[in-house]
Amino acid sequence: MARRILPGFPLALGITLVYVSIIVVLPLGALVFKAASLGFEDYWRIVSSPRAVASYRVTALSALAATVFNLVFGMALAWVLVRYRFPGRRFIDALVDLPFALPTAVAGIALTTLFAENGWFGSVLAQAGIKVAYTPLGIMVAMAFTSLPFIVRTVQPVLEDLDPALEEAAQTLGGSDRSIFLRVILPLLAPALLAGLSLSFARSLGEFGAIIFIAGNQPMSTEITALLTFIRLEEYDYQAAAAIASVLLIAAFLMLAVTNILQARALRYTARG
Amino acid sequence: MSAHVNGRPPRVGDAPAFRRALIGIVLSLVAIVIIAPLAIIGYQAFSQGLQVYAAAIAHPDTLHAIGLTVVTALIAVPINTAFGVAAAWAITKFDFWGRRFLLVVIEIPFSISPIVAGVAYLFVYGLQGLFGPALESADIKILFALPGIVLASMFVTAPFVARELIPLMQAQGRDLEEAATSLGASGWRTFFSVTLPNIRWALLYGVVLCNARVMGEFGAVSVVSGNIRGQTNTLPLHIELLYHDYQTAGAFAAASILALLAVVTLVAKVLLERQGAGRARRSPALAAPRAAPKTASAEVSS
Repeated sequence: MARRILPGFPLALGITLVYVSIIVVLPLGALVFKAASLGFEDYWRIVSSPRAVASYRVTALSALAATVFNLVFGMALAWVLVRYRFPGRRFIDALVDLPFALPTAVAGIALTTLFAENGWFGSVLAQAGIKVAYTPLGIMVAMAFTSLPFIVRTVQPVLEDLDPALEEAAQTLGGSDRSIFLRVILPLLAPALLAGLSLSFARSLGEFGAIIFIAGNQPMSTEITALLTFIRLEEYDYQAAAAIASVLLIAAFLMLAVTNILQARALRYTARG
Repeated sequence: MSAHVNGRPPRVGDAPAFRRALIGIVLSLVAIVIIAPLAIIGYQAFSQGLQVYAAAIAHPDTLHAIGLTVVTALIAVPINTAFGVAAAWAITKFDFWGRRFLLVVIEIPFSISPIVAGVAYLFVYGLQGLFGPALESADIKILFALPGIVLASMFVTAPFVARELIPLMQAQGRDLEEAATSLGASGWRTFFSVTLPNIRWALLYGVVLCNARVMGEFGAVSVVSGNIRGQTNTLPLHIELLYHDYQTAGAFAAASILALLAVVTLVAKVLLERQGAGRARRSPALAAPRAAPKTASAEVSS
């Protein structure tokens, strides 16, 4: 253990611990305390009620669909930005972060207006018999929008640092583009892709603002878990709100653990290469 | 496949037909997914003419919401910045037990649903919460008032400044600061003349992102604010209220202000990235002490 040479340790650590305790740990602790004070039977009755279970289902399935869409689109976008040169590339590169910069409520009303039956996209899709706004598909669209940058931004730096010699070696061995992509490039991207996937999925599970405008919010079919928590609060049913919020909290911690493991693996991978 | 691209042999995916098709598909999707939402905000905001737009912005409730949003940011962002700098200084310049755990705790708000954050604050300061009854008898209003909005905003943005500074300061090591102190500079002097010039762009980058999120936060604030029109409605909450009142032009007029903020944030981000900000976090090689064995801190972090 090195001796502390630099000054300011007690002050800096003090500020950090006080801030983290008051702003992060205290509220989450209070929520866990409230949920735990319910007793197992009441807690289980609330979190396993049909309406709650339906909300987990629609939230998890929409998040999964949105993440799969982002996996394909995000990777294609990262590939195009890194490997090709075309006019407007830097502009598109900057725009990728728009979903993070645009407030979710703004994204919500914009997407709803676009995909409503009389909207720019909704009217075209309606002719094909596809309804997006106020259906589970709308939830997926909102989730895909808000979590799009994750996969692009985790894959992009790895793709930039990819050693061309690996591809050249595979090419001299007679590999086709397809097989080189699947057998050489994709395995190298896999750790970054997985890390991006878990970030994207976690964000979709907790998203609220963008979704409530487009979702329709019908219990049992288009009601996400975050909204159900909010509804219980508005009904002054604080115990149910605490219990359902704790389910979201547990899901978030699980995803945080998964993400940390995947990111540690991704870093080991890149460090070795 | 024999055509050379930019004077080098073709790499995977360089076949002209494939390249053109992929760029075409991706750009079309970018237009649908990213550009169209931005375009519709402008289109709807001005759909009933400039006068209606100006009237919607000048409405007292909208002006009040803008004011409240700005005040919230003016309080939350500087406090958060001070915290981010302190956390980065403690974590990157010293080795102590629980350092890695502290890093994880700082990142927690990033992965938690804003609704959960709002509910959590209710159970601290609300009437059914830990301090609620005591606050009530002391006649201190935290929830459904400015302090609650600021606290919830600080929760959701707690990691923003710290996560920009930590990887950068980790990569820069401690040598310069140690040299400065050994030459007799005070701690503050070392920070302001040695550390700050090295981290200023990353710091500003974190502040810009933090500000955008504070001004745009919806979920957490909607739980703790109580949505009182003309009193505790921030701009995002005001947009929801107008939208559900079927005042579409007004909602989009208010939304256009936040969309403009988002565009300004993106421009600032690009300019700061040109100065090198944001790179330490994006490049995995610098993000972890394990992967950067040459930094002074790496030998101790396990």
